[in-house]
Amino acid sequence: MSTATPSAPTNRLGMTKQDYVGSKSTLCAGCGHDSITGQIINAAFESSIEGYRVAKYSGIGCSSKTPAYFLNQGWGFNSVHGRMPAIATGASLANRSLINIGVSGDGDSMSIGMGQFVHAVRRNVPMIYIIEDNGVYGLTKGQFSATADKGSHLKSGAVNNLPPIDPCTLAIELGCGFVARSFSGNPKQLNAILKAAFAYEGTSVIDIISPCVTFNNHDASTRSYKHVKDHDFPLHDLGFIQYSEVEDVEIAAGETEIVTFPDGSKVAIKAIHEGYDPTDRFSASKAIHESMHKGEFLTGLLYINPQNAPLPEVLNLVDEPLVSLPESAVKPGPEVLAAIMETLK
Amino acid sequence: MTAALASPAVTGGAKTRINDFSIQVATVNGSGSQTANTVLLRAIFQMGVFVSGKNLFPSNIAGLPTWFTIRASAKGYVARKATNEMLILMNPETAKEDIAKADPGALVIYDEPLQLDKLRADLTCFPVPFQKLVTASCPEPKLHKLVKNMIYVGVAARILGVDMEEAKKAIAKQLKGKAKAVELNQNAALAGYDWAMENLPDQDHIRVVRDNKTQGLIIVDGNEACALGAMFAGVTVVGWYPITPASSLVETFIEYAEEYRKDPKTGKSNVAIVQMEDELASAGVVLAAGWAGARSMTSTAGPGISLMSEFIGLGYYVEAPGVFFNVARTGPSTGLPTRTQQSDIEMCAKASHGDTLHINLYPGNMEECFQFSYDAFDLAERFQTPIFVVTDLDLGMQNWSSKPFTYPDKPFDRGKVLNQQQLAEIKDWGRYKDVDGDGICYRTLPGTPGGKGAYFTRGSGHNDYALYSEKPEDYVSVVNRLRKKYETAKSYVPGPVFRNLGSDKGILAFGSSDPAVVEAQDTLAEQGVKTDYLRLRALPFTAEVDAFVKAKQVVYVVEQNRDGQMANLLREFYPEHATKFKNVLHYDGLAIDAKCIVDQITAFEQK
Repeated sequence: MSTATPSAPTNRLGMTKQDYVGSKSTLCAGCGHDSITGQIINAAFESSIEGYRVAKYSGIGCSSKTPAYFLNQGWGFNSVHGRMPAIATGASLANRSLINIGVSGDGDSMSIGMGQFVHAVRRNVPMIYIIEDNGVYGLTKGQFSATADKGSHLKSGAVNNLPPIDPCTLAIELGCGFVARSFSGNPKQLNAILKAAFAYEGTSVIDIISPCVTFNNHDASTRSYKHVKDHDFPLHDLGFIQYSEVEDVEIAAGETEIVTFPDGSKVAIKAIHEGYDPTDRFSASKAIHESMHKGEFLTGLLYINPQNAPLPEVLNLVDEPLVSLPESAVKPGPEVLAAIMETLK
Repeated sequence: MTAALASPAVTGGAKTRINDFSIQVATVNGSGSQTANTVLLRAIFQMGVFVSGKNLFPSNIAGLPTWFTIRASAKGYVARKATNEMLILMNPETAKEDIAKADPGALVIYDEPLQLDKLRADLTCFPVPFQKLVTASCPEPKLHKLVKNMIYVGVAARILGVDMEEAKKAIAKQLKGKAKAVELNQNAALAGYDWAMENLPDQDHIRVVRDNKTQGLIIVDGNEACALGAMFAGVTVVGWYPITPASSLVETFIEYAEEYRKDPKTGKSNVAIVQMEDELASAGVVLAAGWAGARSMTSTAGPGISLMSEFIGLGYYVEAPGVFFNVARTGPSTGLPTRTQQSDIEMCAKASHGDTLHINLYPGNMEECFQFSYDAFDLAERFQTPIFVVTDLDLGMQNWSSKPFTYPDKPFDRGKVLNQQQLAEIKDWGRYKDVDGDGICYRTLPGTPGGKGAYFTRGSGHNDYALYSEKPEDYVSVVNRLRKKYETAKSYVPGPVFRNLGSDKGILAFGSSDPAVVEAQDTLAEQGVKTDYLRLRALPFTAEVDAFVKAKQVVYVVEQNRDGQMANLLREFYPEHATKFKNVLHYDGLAIDAKCIVDQITAFEQK
């Protein structure tokens, strides 16, 4: 299966990292999105994800191009602007064995696709929902998006007069059971979050600040690489232990909080930011609001509740993927039609 | 023992219209009148008489005027009739206007205090003391409003000669065996009947006489027929958003799925039904589910198709299957959402931006609503594209009598889908390679193991291998192949049906216009104008349509919209015959009637 050199490390499936790559990126050199793509590849490799089970979805924008750049073994669906969540909803219901990764941007999810974001989260569609958040429309050349901070400047000098929408506090408000924020410049943290997201059954919202090197990386921008680096406040050191490794890993007692997923995987959370409890929805929300007020980015696993039932369970669907059901299972027999006709006479 | 079971003494004069009349009932919506009207319709139907019902209702929950028309026809004509022989006026708000519009000679049943008998000398009036009767027959005052309407069923039964046993049976059926409600309503109907036997004179204007025309027939509406077609077609993903008049299609499906689409062992559902946040999301769910290999559908009306159109263009271009029901209503905008029209013809033919041409199915009766809904899923998967099933409020929400549906024995056509083994044997698979020369390519489904067949679906330009491409020749190749696919569809879609009286004058119509066209064709023939009638059942236009258009000197295109949308499509696809197509139109929101067709064709003929 592997196409790399025999000496390359392999994962539990015998795959090398090369088996998780995609086509060559056509984004600008240094784009934060490419770092995220790299971490998706790493996390999928390290989590021994079966590539053929992966379905990648996106809307429109620079971020939405990226599903072509990772996991070529999976199927991709680049749809229309702001409508990635509906695509993920339809495909994930059709085949509940798929591993769903949606990649969106701040414009795609917080402007044109706000309605779809909100409702996919509310329904707990089984998917990793990544927002590659740079505060700006890249593909149409540098207009503000709805996550741009008030007072932030465009390269042209234009000032944003409107308050930002924060995807994370919004997701928490909507009952999302996995809300994270990270920074494309913090690969270690992002890696742990993504691996945990792969183990999570419902919608995991990951807002990743990802500076746009072409349109939003100047000194007066609050989404420049330097600004984000200076204002990034990681909440904790995160460790992710997949269900298959749980027995082999020793977790130090003491200040580390352990959250266990239904499949047995564990997230180890060692606090840096004192008093922040990622399992308490209301205090988490309050802390995020306070930090935003100070112009900081709190990053890490902002809120976690692994017990939220994902949509296929809410709908009480059969365990077998709907696409695999034979005709005999979904087409009632002639006696059913005859009985119905009798009631209509 | 009351007189209820005795045979009513209705006289039958030479001019009596036997099993050939229309009754219009005017009520207030939310008063339970729909149940009463359906009971009256069913009772006549059970007497073996062809009958059809049209509910003309407001976009409102309670308190606005509503009219229900019941037509009985010995000849089997079921279109709306322009004239009514009997009026039942229960709504004080509209009674005076209804009386003013009444056709000369009509019988009028009305609530006594309305005192309508002085308004017109050319009508036969039957004032009925409804309040007195309801008080006497129903002990619970809070139910008076609901059972009051059942009294007019009894009164009308007496006047028309409808057997009260049939009315009682119809009440039991309509109320699905809720014992207390059945008894209450049967008593109310009997109270009306008994009172009418004692107090109303005989009439010889119209009457119902037992016949055998409805033996074995069912009464159903098109939304239910479509829902059943979809259920037997094995739909597994439904994304929808409520909209009149399309909601009851999915709602009926949900009821049936509760009973018939559960795993017998686990009780779990084998269909995912999600009420989405809007029509855009519904369309996305449908196409993505189709892309992933499910049979998927949505049900909507014109405004919904407008919202779905961006996605529909994507579905057409990336070649994702899905079934889109459009139960059309009167537009544009909210328009008259509870009235009927065929005004989304051009929109559904070409929904979306860019060059798009869609396969459309036009069922014209209940059996076709069922069968075409079943077939639509085959077509969607065979052609890997959005398929429209276009009905309208008249088909979708009105009561129609029909032969029982035939079980669709034909196994599902799942189209060109490669599995793991097939992929392993293919050297050079390309998602958009036209291997067979029919414009239809081989697709794979996400989750197929084996390491082959994964591809990236994109609305951007792509080549045969689904790779990003902005090359002019790649773009042209894809859209030309899509056009070829449309040509291929001509041998898969249902062809037209003909009713030819032997003429070089043609009528072309589709969908709910059919009953009115048939009746108009007969009337025209009686007046010396013979026509051949082609009932179109699908887009693209097939070879039979080509031949018909070529052979006729004139083609009257009958449709229910202002702009002659189907005629426009015909002019586009048959430019050399463009001047043959004459618009015969009806677009006031009411169901089309034969008279308007006869009048317009006669006017053309006299030119």
